[in-house]
Formats: sequence, C-alpha cells, structure tokens
Amino acid sequence: MIRIQNEDFSLADEYQALREDAPQIGAIVTFVGLVRDLHNDESVNGMFLEHYPGMTEKVLAQLIEDARQRWPITNARIIHRIGALHASDQIVFVGVNSAHREAAFAACEYLMDFLKTKAPFWKKEQRSTGDVWVDAKASDTERESRWQN
Amino acid sequence: MVKVLYFARLRDQLDCAEEQVMLRDSRNSVAELRQQLAARGEPWLSAMQDENLLVAVNQVIATPDVVVNAGDEVGFFPPVTGG
Repeated sequence: MIRIQNEDFSLADEYQALREDAPQIGAIVTFVGLVRDLHNDESVNGMFLEHYPGMTEKVLAQLIEDARQRWPITNARIIHRIGALHASDQIVFVGVNSAHREAAFAACEYLMDFLKTKAPFWKKEQRSTGDVWVDAKASDTERESRWQN
Repeated sequence: MVKVLYFARLRDQLDCAEEQVMLRDSRNSVAELRQQLAARGEPWLSAMQDENLLVAVNQVIATPDVVVNAGDEVGFFPPVTGG
C-alpha cells in the first residue's frame, strides 16, 4: 500500500491495517518521520514538499518489491505527505509486518533508507532568512550504501 | 517531440515546469538531449552541466547512454530530499 497525500495520517489506523492482515503475523514495525523546527540552529517555520507524480509511486512500489525479495515480510505500507507542512507535523510513515521481528525491523529501516535517496520528493524550507531548497545529505547516501552487501 | 519536466530547485532556476522539446534526431541519448538543452545558453547551460543533475526517462532513472525516443517523458531534477 502506497499513498502520497496532503492530509495527515493516523498511526493507529495504519497499525490496525497491518495487524488485521493475517493471523500468522508476529511482528509489526512502524516508523514515523516528523518535521523538525531547526536547520543547523536556524529556525524553520515550515516547509513545502513537492514530488514527481507517477514516478514516486513506481519507485516506492519497487522498493517494497526489493524488500520482499530480501526478507520474508508479509506486507508493507508507505505514506508520504506533500504540500505545506509545519514543525512537528508527520511527514512519512513506513510500516512492515512479518512472522518474526528480524525481517520487520530490517525491512522497515531498508525502506526508509532507500526512500530518502531514491524517491523523488523535494523539501523547500521556510527559514528565518528566506525560502531554501534543502540539499541532499551525504549521510543519507552512506546509510543507503550499508545495504549493498 | 518529447515531454520534458523540471522539478524543485531546477524548475525555479529555469522558470519552467514542463515543455515539449523537438529532438535533433528521431532518437537521442540522454547525454545528447542534455547537450541540446545546454546549447540554449544560461541558465540552461549551468543546469544541464551540473553533475548532480538526475534524469528519468519514462519515470525510470536513466544513465547518459539511455535512448530517448519521440513521445517519451524525460524528467530532470536535483538529488531527492524526502522522508
């Protein structure tokens, strides 16, 4: 399940959807990313999230497929918000269920790491000094490369 | 013609979100399309020569040697910053 949406999401609803999937599920791992109010000590009033409609959904579907090839997960759900967001708002949800925790933990982190470096989303922050497109971080590329072997 | 899309910082720099581009030949590589757009001069020259620029052909990330055909959709964008 992949959703790109302006509106907020409910962690409880997503958890329930992962829980109701099948009785053999023994583990659910969820991640929620939030908007922070600081960029290098500079205050951020809000941000605008843009994406490449169509390509985003394809990339995320492929990432879920890749995770399925690597781990025996049952299901994965990804929600990413777009549009105007403010400090403490939820931006992204990744949830995975599986029979055992090891696959669910690993697949959730894998999906989040690759979403960061592969899914075509861009953030524009409203900082005290003006609106700024956020630069990609080398640390995100390094996290992704840990999954190469 | 190919449909060319520009996103985020790149769209702001070029003041262009979408355009139809006539290929010089009926088939071009991604690298040749970039050269064609760069030949317009600034701000296209700097944008197309940026080594961090990413390109997708029909919504799949493409290397410089990937062929672009008439009717294709080509997206240009900076490194992604979602999540």
